[in-house]
Amino acid sequence: MIALKDIYRSYALPRITVEVLKGINLEAEQGDFIAIMGPSGSGKSTLLNIIGCLDRPTSGRYLLDNVDVSTKNDNELAEIRNRSIGFVFQSFNLLPRFPAWKNVELPLLYGGVEPKMRKQKAVEMLGRMGLGDRSDHKPSELSGGEQQRVAIARALINSPVIILADEPTGNLDSKVGREIMEIFAELNRGGVTIILVTHEMEIAGFAKRTITMRDGVCYSGCA
Amino acid sequence: MDAREVLSLSKDALMSNKMRSLLTMLGVIIGVASVIMLVAIGAGAKTYIHRELGNLGTNILIVVPGKTSTKGGIHPPSASTIRKLVYDDAILLRKRARHIADAVPIILGSSKVKYLNQSRDNNVVGCTETYFDMRNLSVEAGRFLSNSDVESKRKVCILGRTVKRGLFGDKNALGAVVSIGDGKYRVIGVMSKKGVTLGIDFDDIVFIPTTTAQELFDTDNLFNITVKVKSAAELGPAMEEIRQILMKRHANKEDFTVMSQDEMLGVMNKVLGVMTAVLAGIAAISLLVGGIGIMNIMLVSVRERTREIGIRKALGAKNKDILIQFLAESVTLSLIGGLGGVLFGGMVSLGVQLFIPYLPMEISWWSVLLAFFFSASVGVFFGVYPARKASLYDPIVALRYE
Repeated sequence: MIALKDIYRSYALPRITVEVLKGINLEAEQGDFIAIMGPSGSGKSTLLNIIGCLDRPTSGRYLLDNVDVSTKNDNELAEIRNRSIGFVFQSFNLLPRFPAWKNVELPLLYGGVEPKMRKQKAVEMLGRMGLGDRSDHKPSELSGGEQQRVAIARALINSPVIILADEPTGNLDSKVGREIMEIFAELNRGGVTIILVTHEMEIAGFAKRTITMRDGVCYSGCA
Repeated sequence: MDAREVLSLSKDALMSNKMRSLLTMLGVIIGVASVIMLVAIGAGAKTYIHRELGNLGTNILIVVPGKTSTKGGIHPPSASTIRKLVYDDAILLRKRARHIADAVPIILGSSKVKYLNQSRDNNVVGCTETYFDMRNLSVEAGRFLSNSDVESKRKVCILGRTVKRGLFGDKNALGAVVSIGDGKYRVIGVMSKKGVTLGIDFDDIVFIPTTTAQELFDTDNLFNITVKVKSAAELGPAMEEIRQILMKRHANKEDFTVMSQDEMLGVMNKVLGVMTAVLAGIAAISLLVGGIGIMNIMLVSVRERTREIGIRKALGAKNKDILIQFLAESVTLSLIGGLGGVLFGGMVSLGVQLFIPYLPMEISWWSVLLAFFFSASVGVFFGVYPARKASLYDPIVALRYE
């Protein structure tokens, strides 16, 4: 379902070119749960950005649902992100001015769903995350764990092909972090494909398989 | 996203920073309001002058002695003996010119006017019986000059209201005898209130027959000949006719000038038009400054919401969506500002009309529309740059922005 073939990503700085990814090969099937580990600067986030269609590889092919997305333009990538990918970030990245349900409905807004339908689905999804009574609260009125659950609801609202989580427990204490990971595990048991980046072995333990990155190459776990 | 949702988005954004939005709008409000007010003053002044000149009668030509060319240049004072306009010139015009209703020879002088122990220095106007109708004047008590008053050089006078009050107070003036210069004049009428028109206080004048004035001031020279033309269409032919009749009498020398009140009105209109345009232009500059204020605030806002832009893009917003969102905000700012300016400017103009009647203001619809659409386009023009900047943010960089 996801196939990365010989992915390179380099950044041209004024005098030197920095190679961040040096030939990554990775495949993931429907229902996979992959944890990407590795020290800082090993290229984890860059890899996740490419998988999330926020970035394009310098060379190599990336097939998402058998579509080559490495050659798509900005607008096409935006559409793919909207339809096929759900993001969960370390710092939640909710819009502070809006109540929870408005944050959750954002992907539907850009997917062209009409307002009434959007609110209904958003509130329903918040209910599934156990936040049925919090849908009118703004992020600042929610705890860290609740905020991350809002973010997960937002990631799920469009029924994406894959959920990408960049250190989703990094800003949470370990108890709440485990609760969040339970949610991911539960979603995965329901068939949702998940790729997450983490530093912590305990978090990686929730995944079905772990790959390790070092200096822009896949050190272990890749196909 | 349809228009309604875009609007509700910008409403949310603007409401979340009310003070800032209000101050930004203030620039546009002041700009639009001043355009509307200044144009209203210009339009009001135009109407004022029209009305004042209308008060002094329509289709009027004035013949004055001497050639005053409007084409510039000063004629040498002693190049030729300038022949004065005299009483008979007016009589001739009245007889010969086919396009005119009447010609009134006017003598202007000033003299001491006395009644009992009250006396005042007054302008004295010598005229004939048709002058009052011509100038839209009327008497409050008594009557105006008659043809026989003029023909028989009767020593009668009509007093302006101020003169009457000064000499007689509340007493009846009709039939009383006042002395003007060294002659005795019977008061046959008191004028009704006319007020100051174009700088002339018509209430502070004493009217006597031209023929009597000739003796009082011991002169044949007329101040002017005031001519009433039969209709507006005949103004041109009448001017030419008067010129020819008088030139024949004046040995083919054009030593007089025929002026049309409407011509003067036209010149004033032009001057006022230019003045209004200049004022509106200056006001438009403040609108421009308001627009720059919008751009400034939008740039700050885009910077502040970098992360929001990143989030929206990660969730599937296209560049176009972001562009529209921010553009809608600046246009909303400027439109609400424009609307506020229209209301504010309109209210001030109306208030001035109500409370300061002598300062004429007239709101013109074109200025309202112009100011409004100008403010809308200011919003678009100054909003495009910040909005475009926002739309081109790289989502990865924007998401990492603290």
